[in-house]
Amino acid sequence: MSKVFAFHGGIHPPENKHQSTQSVIAKGPIAKTLYVPLQQHIGVAAKPCVNVGDTVLKGQRIADAQGKFSVPIHAPSSGVVTSIGERSVPHPSGMPGLCISIETDGLDQWIEHSGLADYPTLGKDKLIDYICDRGIAGMGGAGFPTAVKLHLGDDHIVNTLIINAAECEPYITADDLLMRERAEQIISGIGVLQFLLEPSHIIIGIEDNKPQAIRALEIAIQDCKHNIDVVSVPTKYPSGGEKQLIKLLTNIEVPHGGIPADVGIVCQNVGTVYAIHRAVQYGESLISRIVTVTGDGVKKPQNYDTLIGTPFATLLDAAGYIKENTHRLIVGGPMMGYSIQDDQIPVVKTSNCIIASTREEMPEQPPSQACIRCGMCEQVCPVQLLPQQLHWFAKGQEYQKAEQHNLFDCIECGACSYVCPSNIPLVQYYRHAKTTIREEQQEKRKSDLARERFEAKQMREQRAVEEKAAKRKARAEQAAKAQAEKKQQAQEVESTQGVDQQQLLKNTLKEAKLAVAKIEQEITNNSGTEQAETISAQDIKLQKAKAAVEQAKQAIVKSTQATAPIIDIKKLKREAAMANTKLSKAKQALKTAQEKDQPGVEQLAATIETLSKQADEANNAFENAQQENPAEKTTSTAPAAKPKAMDADSKKLKTAAAIARTKLKKAQTALQSAMDNGDDTEQLSQDIKLLEDKLNKAQSAYEQSQNATSSTQTSTASSASETSGDSSHVDIKKLKTAAAIARTKLKKAQSQLDKLTDDESNSDDGAALKAEVATLEQKVEQTQAHYLKHKLAQPADSQSTESDASQRQEDYEKALKLYTKAMTALDKAREQNSPHVEKMTTSIEKLKRKLDDAQAALPDQNTAANSNNDDNNQSQV
Amino acid sequence: MALIQISSPHVQRPTKTADIMRLVILATLPGLLAMTFFFGWGTLINVVLASVFALLFEALCTAARKRPVGFFLKDNSALLTGILLALAIPSFAPWWVTLTGVFFAIVIAKQLYGGLGQNPFNPAMVGYALLLISFPVEMTRWTAPFDINGNSWNILSFADTFSIIFGIGASDPSVLLNLDAHTGATPLDTLKHRNGLTTEELWQSSSVLANAGAWYAVSFGYFVGGIFLIYRKIFTWHTPITLLVTLAIVSSIGFAIDPDSFADPFVHLTTGATMLGAFFIATDPVSSATSNRGKIIFAAGIAILVYVIRTWGNYPDAMAFAVMIMNLCAPFIDQYSQPRSYGHKKANTLSSGGK
Repeated sequence: MSKVFAFHGGIHPPENKHQSTQSVIAKGPIAKTLYVPLQQHIGVAAKPCVNVGDTVLKGQRIADAQGKFSVPIHAPSSGVVTSIGERSVPHPSGMPGLCISIETDGLDQWIEHSGLADYPTLGKDKLIDYICDRGIAGMGGAGFPTAVKLHLGDDHIVNTLIINAAECEPYITADDLLMRERAEQIISGIGVLQFLLEPSHIIIGIEDNKPQAIRALEIAIQDCKHNIDVVSVPTKYPSGGEKQLIKLLTNIEVPHGGIPADVGIVCQNVGTVYAIHRAVQYGESLISRIVTVTGDGVKKPQNYDTLIGTPFATLLDAAGYIKENTHRLIVGGPMMGYSIQDDQIPVVKTSNCIIASTREEMPEQPPSQACIRCGMCEQVCPVQLLPQQLHWFAKGQEYQKAEQHNLFDCIECGACSYVCPSNIPLVQYYRHAKTTIREEQQEKRKSDLARERFEAKQMREQRAVEEKAAKRKARAEQAAKAQAEKKQQAQEVESTQGVDQQQLLKNTLKEAKLAVAKIEQEITNNSGTEQAETISAQDIKLQKAKAAVEQAKQAIVKSTQATAPIIDIKKLKREAAMANTKLSKAKQALKTAQEKDQPGVEQLAATIETLSKQADEANNAFENAQQENPAEKTTSTAPAAKPKAMDADSKKLKTAAAIARTKLKKAQTALQSAMDNGDDTEQLSQDIKLLEDKLNKAQSAYEQSQNATSSTQTSTASSASETSGDSSHVDIKKLKTAAAIARTKLKKAQSQLDKLTDDESNSDDGAALKAEVATLEQKVEQTQAHYLKHKLAQPADSQSTESDASQRQEDYEKALKLYTKAMTALDKAREQNSPHVEKMTTSIEKLKRKLDDAQAALPDQNTAANSNNDDNNQSQV
Repeated sequence: MALIQISSPHVQRPTKTADIMRLVILATLPGLLAMTFFFGWGTLINVVLASVFALLFEALCTAARKRPVGFFLKDNSALLTGILLALAIPSFAPWWVTLTGVFFAIVIAKQLYGGLGQNPFNPAMVGYALLLISFPVEMTRWTAPFDINGNSWNILSFADTFSIIFGIGASDPSVLLNLDAHTGATPLDTLKHRNGLTTEELWQSSSVLANAGAWYAVSFGYFVGGIFLIYRKIFTWHTPITLLVTLAIVSSIGFAIDPDSFADPFVHLTTGATMLGAFFIATDPVSSATSNRGKIIFAAGIAILVYVIRTWGNYPDAMAFAVMIMNLCAPFIDQYSQPRSYGHKKANTLSSGGK
């Protein structure tokens, strides 16, 4: 199995290895101060376990491993810990890292240590733990914790163990010298690996430019009982890359995204194997390594067995550092190593080489030229990528395409940059692209997380809302129950309810009066201030006043009707009398307002006067009629608030006028009753007819003007007409409310009238009330018509009642569904003879009761809602 | 000395773009010598002329684009374009033909697209195609190889050639008048316009074909230069060898089917611009496909197009058109000819991979 295969590409840079192979490995100097970084391996940094001022011995543990992907750190020499803090560490970024500084005492005194004479008896796990405790991490380059790799035997079948001794990078000879001088110890280390991994075959892969090392190894394996082959591979960079070496030695490719163990292979660096030997055989922790110090910047390039933590400067000085000639200081090889600017940076477990190069040795490259797609990079790429395409993608930030072209398979070996005739720093482009893509992925992960959080929050909120709704539903059910009980009680004590209703009515009436008063005031203002008004303008106002009168009248009539059966009618009469006084005041006001106007207006005013006189008469007649038929007295208290409210309204003359109109209508009804009684009927009827004519005239005039104002807001007539137009807008709103209120009152009045009629079907008063109701209905219709006319431009928007009702309906339906579900569940349970049947039955009965309650409450609630929000409902008509 | 911070790798191969271009220019020498040997001083004069024009235009454009002129002239790419164009046009082509061709190649086909590395088409071939379409008379005025004129080595003197190319100052005015005596059809011309004769009859009757040896020699010169470049790893074998093999195969098929109507594969390979195209034109990395697989597809496409246009098209030779058409296809080919990277089961296509 010594056949050697080939990997794609590869380059042959000048080797420059001979400089440092001229002499044997020298013992490195013990630096005065050692700086031991805590992060010398891939994974989690070690955690210091010593304090500043502690005295440590060589090999004493100074930092503990943290987790599985970590290894402990040991003191490279005896001395005192002087500080634990940030210092320059070997890293391409040049960023500092935590270091433990140890001032050496020069004694280099070992801590007590001993090897494992018979490690096979220890057991694999303990042996691996032991190796980990000795701080061993991959010494080839990445510093992968060795213990992790050794555990691969647990879940993978390891057929082949490959010892990587290729050392393909130019300049570096650390492994070469190690193999030359310590081959037997390496084979001993391989023995430990053989025990742990039990591979069927062990291959030491070594480039054919190290004949002495090959020879030494071959001699060493002669007496070895393990199946070890030393295979020399052609010198071609990067044959020392793990995947490339595997391909070279076995012709197997490690699958994309996989590890060598997936194909039954484990790779270990030859330096690591040596370290394992030292650890197992002598109990020595990894505190030193062989470092090649080379380059034209040192007089005597050589390999040093150096303590970890030794500053590079100390090492360079030992080799004859010519600082002024050194232009570039490189850690690692010239292909993949990185330059450092601080020569106090310490040696770590992965530092295999330090090159102090002169400017002539590694000249700065001229500025890069355009890529001519010569394809040389492609020919040398060991991963068989298309470097020039990747370069274009990276340059054009087409990262998706770069990924599609397997950017992440790039091992950054630098072969493409090496051959590029245009000096393009290709690897730098790839590193940048990779970093950017990784950042983008991180960003994406972050935003994904944020989105998930947001969605969870939304769900939480929704749940809260649902819970709230459920609570509300429960409350509504309770309320419905309570209301039902109330209703029963209310039926028992009707009179009390009557009082309540009356008070309600009074309040509403007050509101209506206020509303009307406002309109009237506006009109008064208009007629008082505007001097150049035409007759039609006056008519408009009159008409408006009339509309307001109608509203107010309706309200009062209704209230009269509503309260008639319950409260003292005399109160109403008093009201009427007061209204009469107000009417006269109104007349005066009208007069003063119209003094300077055309004679037509005067006439109208005069008409009003006569009308009011007649109204007085009619009122008197009405009172007489009322006296003849004394109204049923109830136990209600006097509504003192009403007259007071009227008094408060006295300033608002037009309101009074409106009330006067109402009285006029009452007069009409009174006439009716009077006719029945045979009193001054003729005169009354004439008066009323006159009155009606005037009213009709005024009404038609009002309607005309109203049409004109609503359709022609832009009319040039006068400021007066504009003002009236504005006020008519206000009117519309008022009308709306007034109409709504009127309707409600009407309904109530009607129902109460019906009751009354039942009680006193033959009474004149009842007949009068009936007539009143009839006229009231007409007026309501008219008001509504008016309102509808104006409402066209102002659509109603309140639908809350309906939605409330539907909500309840939904609740009920939900409850029903729940119940049905429960029933089906119960049936199922019964079929299966479940022991929980009884429990379930009781709970379902409970549920059923609840459902019934909900059902019972449902229509009641709807009615309640309807009556409570009657105004709204009406306004929606 | 202050230490510098720089990204790896820290060493580079000394071979640079300018070296590559220079090597390619050097590789044209055998062909150039053969041309001069058989067709007189004209080619040499044209090469010098085109080189001067090319450098001039390159310098002007670079300066106009505010780029360092010297830096870009030193990459030798303009020089190579000029030389390749000069080698492709007839040796007696007037100076203004060369000027037009070079102008178009350098300014339009190369610099307007962004300079070196950005041109989608091979600049020399763009210039050549423009000339062929615009000046068909001048572009088909090939001289007959000079070894046919009697026993002595009777090539037109340098001065006379110079006069012809520049149209002035001829020592013997009759030279200009008798130019037609020196010009003649190329073998491919002859084989194309065969006047009803079979291939065999043509070979027996045509003086052009009887003296095709000169063309073979020139082709051999380019072939040698090309092999040298492969040896120096300037380009891989993929493009030229695929092109030649494919052309040989398709022409063999044609010849096998009807030897009377179709030229034999040897003629296809050794006359016209086949060798120049295979080793110096199609291998232009900028405008060709990228991957090895892509290059094979690219070259095979050129070969097939060359054969098709030569056999059924209007033009006796077709290298320029074939190369340009395949230049168009190169990005498309790139998409579908990614190599299989290490550790991947198969090569990525347009829609796969990357994860």
